[in-house]
Amino acid sequence: MSNAQARDQTVTAHGRSKSIPPRVWAGVVLIAVALAVLPFAAALIGQAWVRILNFAMIYVMLALGLNIVVGFAGLLDLGYIAFYAVGAYMYALLASPHFNIHLPFWVILPMGAGLACIFGVLLGAPTLKLRGDYLAIVTLGFGEIIRIFLNNLNAPVNVTNGPQGINLIDPFRIDGFALSKAGPVLGIPFSGPQKYYYVLLLLTIIVIVINLRLQDSRLGRAWEAIREDEIAAKAMGINTRNVKLLAFAMGASFGGIAGGIFSATQEFVSPESFGLFESIIVLAMVVLGGMGNIPGVILGAVMLTLLPEVLRYTMEPLQYALFGRVWIDAETIRLLVFGLALVAIMLLRPAGLWPSAVRKRELEVARAPEGAE
Amino acid sequence: MDIFLQQLINGITLGSVYALVALGYTMVYGIIGLINFAHGEVVMIGAMVSLTVVTSLLGMHAPLPAALIILVALFVAIIVCMTIAYGMEKIAYRPLRKAPRLAPLITAIGVSIILQNLALMIWGRNYLTFPPLIQPTAHNIFGASMTDLQMLIVVLAALLMGGLMFIVQRTRLGMAMRATAQNPQVAGLMGIDINVVISAAFVIGAALAAVAGLMVMTYYGIAHYYMGFLLGLKAFTAAVLGGIGNLAGAMLGGVLLGVIEALGAGYIGDVSNICGFPLLSDSMQQQCAASDGQVSLFGSNYQDVFAFFVLILVLIFRPSGLLGERVSERA
Amino acid sequence: MTQLTLLTAKDISKRFGGVQALGDVSFTINHGEIYGLIGPNGAGKTSLFNVLTGIYVPDGGSFTFDGEPLDRLKPNDVAERGIARTFQNIRLFQNLSALENVMIGRHVRSKAGVFGAILRDKNTLAEEAAIEKRSYELLEYVGVAKRANDLAKHLAYGDQRRLEIARALATEPKLLALDEPAAGMNATETQALKRLLEDIRRDGMTILLIEHDMKLVMSVCDRVLVLDYGRKIAEGTAAEVQNDPKVIAAYLGGEVSLNLKGA
Repeated sequence: MSNAQARDQTVTAHGRSKSIPPRVWAGVVLIAVALAVLPFAAALIGQAWVRILNFAMIYVMLALGLNIVVGFAGLLDLGYIAFYAVGAYMYALLASPHFNIHLPFWVILPMGAGLACIFGVLLGAPTLKLRGDYLAIVTLGFGEIIRIFLNNLNAPVNVTNGPQGINLIDPFRIDGFALSKAGPVLGIPFSGPQKYYYVLLLLTIIVIVINLRLQDSRLGRAWEAIREDEIAAKAMGINTRNVKLLAFAMGASFGGIAGGIFSATQEFVSPESFGLFESIIVLAMVVLGGMGNIPGVILGAVMLTLLPEVLRYTMEPLQYALFGRVWIDAETIRLLVFGLALVAIMLLRPAGLWPSAVRKRELEVARAPEGAE
Repeated sequence: MDIFLQQLINGITLGSVYALVALGYTMVYGIIGLINFAHGEVVMIGAMVSLTVVTSLLGMHAPLPAALIILVALFVAIIVCMTIAYGMEKIAYRPLRKAPRLAPLITAIGVSIILQNLALMIWGRNYLTFPPLIQPTAHNIFGASMTDLQMLIVVLAALLMGGLMFIVQRTRLGMAMRATAQNPQVAGLMGIDINVVISAAFVIGAALAAVAGLMVMTYYGIAHYYMGFLLGLKAFTAAVLGGIGNLAGAMLGGVLLGVIEALGAGYIGDVSNICGFPLLSDSMQQQCAASDGQVSLFGSNYQDVFAFFVLILVLIFRPSGLLGERVSERA
Repeated sequence: MTQLTLLTAKDISKRFGGVQALGDVSFTINHGEIYGLIGPNGAGKTSLFNVLTGIYVPDGGSFTFDGEPLDRLKPNDVAERGIARTFQNIRLFQNLSALENVMIGRHVRSKAGVFGAILRDKNTLAEEAAIEKRSYELLEYVGVAKRANDLAKHLAYGDQRRLEIARALATEPKLLALDEPAAGMNATETQALKRLLEDIRRDGMTILLIEHDMKLVMSVCDRVLVLDYGRKIAEGTAAEVQNDPKVIAAYLGGEVSLNLKGA
């Protein structure tokens, strides 16, 4: 192939090609239609499933945010949930009877993102020079510190209401109408969760687009350079400290936004939702879906949100049918399966279920016996 | 001043336990560079198994002497923990020895979750109480009190640590472990079976963990399926504080962390007492008056935070720890 | 004379524990020349590179580059000043394509940040197109354009070395520092590399070259610096250095006649 031809067909290692064939357009339209009617299909099974879909989207946002840190830049963050917590509590404090402040959601969400971003920089500034596993532990400690503070900042001054959490949080309101209440839009009846679905879908799509653009940019390349070989990246003029901080900050911002949304849809927050386990779940979504690979991470997030729910709805009835009683409650099964899945995936398919070509090659070479290279 | 000595005693006691657990982390990390996330769970299993043994032995018709019961419980717990650790290493970590660091870390997290939930299934969700087998007779030392149990813990821990140092410094296995920690490839070439050495590190660490689990449970009187997480994290902090990979460091770090935590918990109330400050709001002043001039911004419920802060500070300012080597990186 | 001088090193010293890797090394490199750096293994050549490019901080001495001192700069700042390097053991971004590797080299001469990435405004898009175009040109310049979309780790060894040079060139350096670019190459590949180096010099670049291949060094270098045990033992033209008895002794372990004769 001549040089000119090769240039016209520029395909990056991400497999992205410049011109989009009609086949792909057809697929996009199909997916769009499916997404548009999904909440109604889900409602046929039960409104709870629409809520689960909404949860899935929140987790997609979270996973994509962590993907910037872990997947793009290669920094292991085990305390990511702290940014989620910051965003959630900021929303709770500014839109509830707790302090009697009721700001609209489109004011608070960016503020939450901003505050989370600041925390990200505060955490990252002194720690990003640390080696991989040390960074992991430090971030884990940070996450725990945030949770402990949230749990205890109720005396002598009550800021967070401690373990009881904050409830009666305002839902999103558009034109004074709360999204959480059922009501017709353009004549079509929508339930509360269904209305939230479309707002969340829009936000999620924006987050996905932002991530795709970040990946394929000068900044995205700098992140990948750092992940591949930090010393070479520095030698090529990349200010690795700042670029890593940017990864942390951006990841944190997405976490903050997701947190605010979580607060509004749940209408209740408590420190319980923001522990190490939640950080690990988000990390698992990124890892299982294939680190650095945006479609894979979305898949991972959706699967890890839906699967436990499916388990819950099948495991207990199944046990009743087989044994006449429930031996192991769904929550424990879910966790056990989760732990087993983590181990199994790492042993069998460490590059994730749908890895980017990049990561797959990296990990497969490492697993090959010596001398195979 | 009296609370200083008391907290010091408490701290050394707790710190000895941390030290035992920290040794497990540091041995594994020193040899294969893995943070064994699941080590805390091994401690928990040690505690739970001992509890089960103790309660079943106590439930028997002929009452056995307390010392014997404890010994049997220890024995069983140690065997169980060693088996679990051996299995863990063989099944979940060994295949990933050459994988990038992220993989075994995630697997370790997975193993940790599995162990926690197995414990949950077997022992249930509730806090379990430990029957008081050891009389809580306290001895007066310069105004502070030290119980028999505390002395026992400190002495036993010291003996175990001494035993470990003996193994590492004076036996062939110990030499093999030290060699492997320095350079696994060359050690292998010299005829050392790396797998045996690594398994030994895991298994010895697990034995110490089992003892530590029993100690924690007798000390606090309760056991719970989730107790391993926080304890493990603090012990890991201790290992890092002393210099990860360094056995003496783990011991020093453990005791030091215990003391820091105890003193911190003891004094944080006083240090963060805001009643002395001017410009207090009315409601604050009322609270101060009502509580004898003592309203603390941070109470001992923040105790756990100390460990994390220590961890972060050490890693930022002196990542090689107190006794660790200063590692300079050659490009 | 100062307009000719690009880089001056004065009394550079560096110690690692008990080893004096560099001891009072001084030299000058002029604009437009190919300056060789040779010496037996362990002489301190790569250490000198690492000190120059900011990976290590020297214990003593200083560099002056293009009239300005290079004091304790971080590696990325050194690159920004105009010194680009390759590595003895090839440090390409293995899992990225050849083109992407070179595009990353353009990082230091471009400026789009977070907002540019997200908003994709006109300026950012223009910059990205320019980056891609320039990177392609560099790939053609070193002769690996055919493999533009292959992952770096899949390139043939010789192509990887060339790719590393292209990536360094992408940073628009004033001084190109190459660490054993001909290592592992056969005679044909070395000849091709020699032509590339001459092209680069002809196009106005100054090159600092660590090499073990004496034929290459002698045929392409204008001047040469010889190190042994961290100390400079000779500096001059290729011919001068080649015949210097101290250099020969260092390489062949011949008699060291200096100290034994007494003060």
